[in-house]
Amino acid sequence: MTGSPAAPAVELRDLRISLDGTSILAGVDLTVAAGEWVTVIGPNGAGKSTLLRAVGGLLPAPDAVRLFGTPIGGLPRRERARVVATVAQSPVVPPGMAVLDYVLLGRTPYIPPLGRESAADLAVVHAVLDRLDLAGFRARELATLSGGERQRVFLARALAQGATLLLLDEPTSALDIGHQQEVLELVDQLRRTHGLTVLATMHDLSIAGEYADRMVLLAAGRVVAVGSPREVLTDRLLAEHYRASVRVVDGEHGPLVVPVRPRRQ
Amino acid sequence: MLKRARFGTPVGAVTPPRPAGLRKRWLAAGALAVLVALVAGVSLGPVSLPPGSVAIELLNLLPGVRLDSGLTEREIAIVTELRLPRTVLGLLVGGLLALAGGAYQGVFRNPLADPYLLGVAAGAGLAVTVMLTLGVGAGGTLSGLPATIPLAAFVGSLGAVAMTYLLGSAGGRSRSPATLILAGVAVSAFLSAGQTYLLQRHAESIQQVYSWLLGRLATAGWQDVRLVLPYFLLTSVVILLHRRELDVLSVGDDEATSLGLHPQRSRYLLIAAASLGTAAAVSASGLIGFVGIIVPHTIRMLAGASYRVILPLSLLFGGAFLALTDVVARTAAAPQEIPIGVVTALLGGPFFVVVLRSARRVLT
Repeated sequence: MTGSPAAPAVELRDLRISLDGTSILAGVDLTVAAGEWVTVIGPNGAGKSTLLRAVGGLLPAPDAVRLFGTPIGGLPRRERARVVATVAQSPVVPPGMAVLDYVLLGRTPYIPPLGRESAADLAVVHAVLDRLDLAGFRARELATLSGGERQRVFLARALAQGATLLLLDEPTSALDIGHQQEVLELVDQLRRTHGLTVLATMHDLSIAGEYADRMVLLAAGRVVAVGSPREVLTDRLLAEHYRASVRVVDGEHGPLVVPVRPRRQ
Repeated sequence: MLKRARFGTPVGAVTPPRPAGLRKRWLAAGALAVLVALVAGVSLGPVSLPPGSVAIELLNLLPGVRLDSGLTEREIAIVTELRLPRTVLGLLVGGLLALAGGAYQGVFRNPLADPYLLGVAAGAGLAVTVMLTLGVGAGGTLSGLPATIPLAAFVGSLGAVAMTYLLGSAGGRSRSPATLILAGVAVSAFLSAGQTYLLQRHAESIQQVYSWLLGRLATAGWQDVRLVLPYFLLTSVVILLHRRELDVLSVGDDEATSLGLHPQRSRYLLIAAASLGTAAAVSASGLIGFVGIIVPHTIRMLAGASYRVILPLSLLFGGAFLALTDVVARTAAAPQEIPIGVVTALLGGPFFVVVLRSARRVLT
């Protein structure tokens, strides 16, 4: 890993992505400082997941994306996998795989190609499982766990990767409100104790606002607002870009977005 | 309260579990199965030989061993020149088919993938038929194949798997495991039609090609073994080295990429290796179906779902399975031989239903 410690975790300069001839991201500029939690919001189809995929190296953007100062195109895959870990929106659950083996997959960038895991890899995995209260689930088949438990396992796999940049694509969309809070609190704790940088996408605006240091409002592939939750979650911006009728009220940890049924014309 | 406490006990708390991997006892069981198949394959046949004497004769093949088995010269010849090469060929072909099946299942993330259902075997079959009707293998039986035949079969099998893959992904995002298998069935039917047409045009080769098509372990002494062995080694080494990567691929291409792999590169390499193994197996012994699905799936159910377990055990148990099936094929209706492909199909048909039932979750 090159780059200076002072370099921002993520730097996007005029990021443009087209898929099948359709422009998805039309020139996005964004900087995420190391240790920051930035959440990208925006209506369906705004390009949130595409942005995350580009930062994670799943879409070609060799020069437009810089991770800790290094252009992503200059990072070999295995090295990139030690820098950035992704929790996908709905990760594949391989049939018959135990939790321990699933989390161990996170050590892939450290295991020599065609080789096998070392005792050190196993030690990391066991430590992560203990940290996330998953030690009792090690032998359980992943497919048999509940949604909240699975989300913790997905997170454990990403942490086992040892990356300091964590990309979370809709980490709570499959969870009830209690488990949403549990998972986000956990991410926040880990962020503080492990010095992680978090770049997330979320649909639930109130919850998103409570956890993010800064928010990015994406619409039609462009950044239309960046700032603190209070600056981004406003009646006017949400009405304009979501075409939603909402009222934003002040909450203890940030603005709360309440949907209000539009008046009949 | 008691019940709660019992169910509340974490499963992994008593003994810390180890990661998935090949356990010694399973490896020993596989080696034992190969030994049993070897002795049974050599002992049983139209002339029954005592297994003990056969085992001694097998030991005599090792350098520096000289023991008296009590067998006559002629019986020793039956063992070393007739049955042993045939049994060894069964071990190699069965191992290859099962290993290729397991690899295809991993690569396509599809429990139903198998050299036959993907059309790979049909592609190899068509290529071999073309070679035979063109007269490449003419001038004798199929035994003693020219070395060009496995290569032609390889080209045919790669062509077929490419067709299946393209046809299966033609539906774009609606592609599902079932689509791939349907594509494989269509490709197989298409290639078989081509083969039938060729055979009609070359009636003189029908008998020769047909007996090979039904699947049988050739009895050309050690020549076929020598022909298959290099392909066996190459295929096995490549696939077994990638067993952990197949586990990573099971989480999907995006995640595998995030974890630092080149999924597409691994996939092409593994498809090439599995198709090469299938081509060698088909060249030597025709179309023997279902081994590639019966063996890996049974192992998956009994020993574990990790490819680190499935692949090495498929090699061992696949070989043992086919060598033992060959014993059935040549003794069940003695003195007639039943084509071995017929026996595996009789076993495989009902088994396929079992696989389908357990795979339903994946398919829907």
